[in-house]
Amino acid sequence: MTEMSKIKHHLTGPLLMGYAAGTLPEAFNLVVATHISMCDSCRAALAEYDAVGGEVMMSGAPVAVAEDALNATLALIDRGVVEEAPAKKTAGGIFPAPLQSYVNGDLESVKWRKVGGGVSQMILKTSDEASVRLLRIPAGTAVPDHGHHGTELTLVLQGAFVDESDRFAAGDVEVANEDMNHTPVAEAGLDCICLAATDAPLRFNGLMPRLAQKFMNI
Amino acid sequence: MNDMLTDTNALANADAPSAVTSYDGAAAQLFRKVGKQKVTAEVATKRMAWVAELYAVRDNKDRAAFAELFGHFAPRVKSFLMKSGASPDLAEECTQEVMATLWNKAHLFDPTKASVSTWIFTIARNRKIDLLRKQRRPEPEDLPWGPEAEPEAADAMGLQQETEQLGRALATLPEEQRRLIERAYFGELSHSEIAAETGLPLGTIKSRIRLALDRLRHAMK
Repeated sequence: MTEMSKIKHHLTGPLLMGYAAGTLPEAFNLVVATHISMCDSCRAALAEYDAVGGEVMMSGAPVAVAEDALNATLALIDRGVVEEAPAKKTAGGIFPAPLQSYVNGDLESVKWRKVGGGVSQMILKTSDEASVRLLRIPAGTAVPDHGHHGTELTLVLQGAFVDESDRFAAGDVEVANEDMNHTPVAEAGLDCICLAATDAPLRFNGLMPRLAQKFMNI
Repeated sequence: MNDMLTDTNALANADAPSAVTSYDGAAAQLFRKVGKQKVTAEVATKRMAWVAELYAVRDNKDRAAFAELFGHFAPRVKSFLMKSGASPDLAEECTQEVMATLWNKAHLFDPTKASVSTWIFTIARNRKIDLLRKQRRPEPEDLPWGPEAEPEAADAMGLQQETEQLGRALATLPEEQRRLIERAYFGELSHSEIAAETGLPLGTIKSRIRLALDRLRHAMK
């Protein structure tokens, strides 16, 4: 994990606040949790947004609980509930724990489907307000030029891509909005593997990509 | 110094007429020991008392300490859940589950990384996602905190103070701005509607946690 300190592109304040508040779509939560697993600086920033949430909760006017609430809670405790332990990463994998739990394994467990142009994907199952997929872009390949209606988060897990704005390597997350059109190109070397979430269909520029869009289900 | 925070016997079993004064007393003692810092004694005492109560729950299954925490936090958890869209009945049920989780997960609490109010908020938030939004909540993977990372009393105190300062800053924000932040946490704003500028003095808690993470990484090398 020596890559940690090299992370250059981080989550935005609004995304961290939304994650702390618990109001983001599940697909975005997965990208945020996966990035934070790789990035100490965003982990620390999240701790602060959690603290804001705690203080918002504390500043509200208290609402009386049921008269027997304390005893009911103690009874609940006495009944004994098994709390699940926090996720730990499987040794040797490249996917952080939250992603491993959605894939049911690491890179070798991904069921890739070809979507054209050498690009493969696997859509991960989340709530339907937004979608999230793993993308594998062969080294040196371009993803079709596309714009966005909503927000698109792209987290690099392996390799790197370059677009009009910058270079994105393992751990970096690109937050793209509707003002942005870009053509990401995977760098030579390793295939680029990304986790990408969007809350609206991508908008491809040109006829062929639009057909591809239909098949890619995005 | 560590002993004061990790040895609950010193905190919870101090001879005192009632549980409340016992925890407050222990925290005040802790404060005098650690603190030559700027925030007032009462403030640190209040937050460190919560920590002491939670440790008493963790180490001694202390029901009096739990009752103290319950009395203070349960009505606020319920209020938060109702403002987030839960019916009074659902909020009541959910609040009891949140407080039971506090008991069950007390061993995971670390006062150098969160104030008790922050920690309870995260439990309530996760329950809210589960119950109200019926979704899984992907969480970041746990860091393997080693034995080197034993809570330091001074770090714990510092974080409690900074969280208190954050709370006060929130209370003194202009009404409109404060409302906006509340709406973001109650789920009335989407992430794209949340303005990046919150007007809160963010950065102090972040840099404290960042330092702790750097120390951890260094210790693991």
